[in-house]
Amino acid sequence: MLYDVVIIGGGPAGLTAGLYAARGRLKSLLIEKALTGGLVTTTEWVENYPGFEEGVTGAELAQKMEKQAVRFGLEIIQGTVVDISLNGNIKKITLEADKFYEAKSIILTTGAHPRLLKIEGENEFRGKGVSYCATCDGAFYKGSNIAVVGGGDSAVQEAIFLTKFAETVYIIHRREQLRAEKILQERAHANPKIKFIWNSVPERITGDNIGVNALHLRDVKTGEKSSINVQGVFIYIGYNPNTEFLKGLVPLNGSNYIITDENMHTSVPGIFAAGDVRSKPLKQIATAVGDGATAAMAAEKYIEENF
Amino acid sequence: MSGAVTSVTGDASFNQTVLQSTNLVMVDFWATWCGPCKIIAPVVEELAKEYAGRVIFAKVNTDENPDLASRYNIRGIPTLIFFKNGKMLDQVVGAVPKAQLKSKIESLI
Repeated sequence: MLYDVVIIGGGPAGLTAGLYAARGRLKSLLIEKALTGGLVTTTEWVENYPGFEEGVTGAELAQKMEKQAVRFGLEIIQGTVVDISLNGNIKKITLEADKFYEAKSIILTTGAHPRLLKIEGENEFRGKGVSYCATCDGAFYKGSNIAVVGGGDSAVQEAIFLTKFAETVYIIHRREQLRAEKILQERAHANPKIKFIWNSVPERITGDNIGVNALHLRDVKTGEKSSINVQGVFIYIGYNPNTEFLKGLVPLNGSNYIITDENMHTSVPGIFAAGDVRSKPLKQIATAVGDGATAAMAAEKYIEENF
Repeated sequence: MSGAVTSVTGDASFNQTVLQSTNLVMVDFWATWCGPCKIIAPVVEELAKEYAGRVIFAKVNTDENPDLASRYNIRGIPTLIFFKNGKMLDQVVGAVPKAQLKSKIESLI
């Protein structure tokens, strides 16, 4: 089966590319390895995406984007892409279990995944106190003490969300001030359940057979060590792009994000990239959907000119 | 044993379906608001068909069964716990690929 466009990754960039491609009457397939919506679905509340004046839950926004694209004919399947190869102008996309599809163009919208702390206890207590998704796991921490590691938008937003359940939420940040949006900082500082531990990095997570009971810290200025009693450690220290499976197919920047031109075209003809997986200054839902639309239109133009 | 996933609510039902079984039982702890749980649910249903008659598949809604969730120390969902003869054998946290669940089942069956 030869598709006009195969989109790999079902977050906002992929779903928007799918919407535009399907409305352009291109035969379009989106392959998602897990749950449509991508990282948006792990966000409890989205307040900075225009059109929803009171805000919207990440899950609802994702579902609306999916339904909108499917209504115009986008096909969506669940599967994990393990390889992409080129045969002249035709791109072959191989999934697990040797299933494959062929396409005239590909739009890569595989996004990024949360970065690990890489400290002792992180892997051992994953799902037993260590979490990367407050929306998924927060409700199991009623009355607990929680540490949130990080100082960006995600860390601060999820720390505020976790105060719905937790007794105390510690924000552990290696600097002296937060990087998050000012409005989020104001809310965090005004929240009596949030306490800040500045200039500190986690060194070790310890616990027992029930789960995590302490996070051990080091002050980066004084070198002094301390520990706090927490039942949960939520980690929001940034993201790494999902580009390993490309195995050098398209050029990446030094941090492994895909390099494109302003039309989202990579240096490989007919292969485009959009959203968080792309090298760009601002990674937001609002910029992902813009990328997705641009990539779909550029793919359409590429197909007209080359097939 | 029917090839379907049995929904379990309350202690009596959990005891009967899960703890008293001499076959391997896989219990899926989930909730309606959990995105990854929606990914794993169809996989569990497929496994229930494939292992019909050999493995029992059950699911527990953690919102409706907070006591069961806290007894098994659930701190994130989906959590899949394997039981046999009333004993907890192993567990898997998070939505994992079907192949990984199959090899876990094969090793415990």
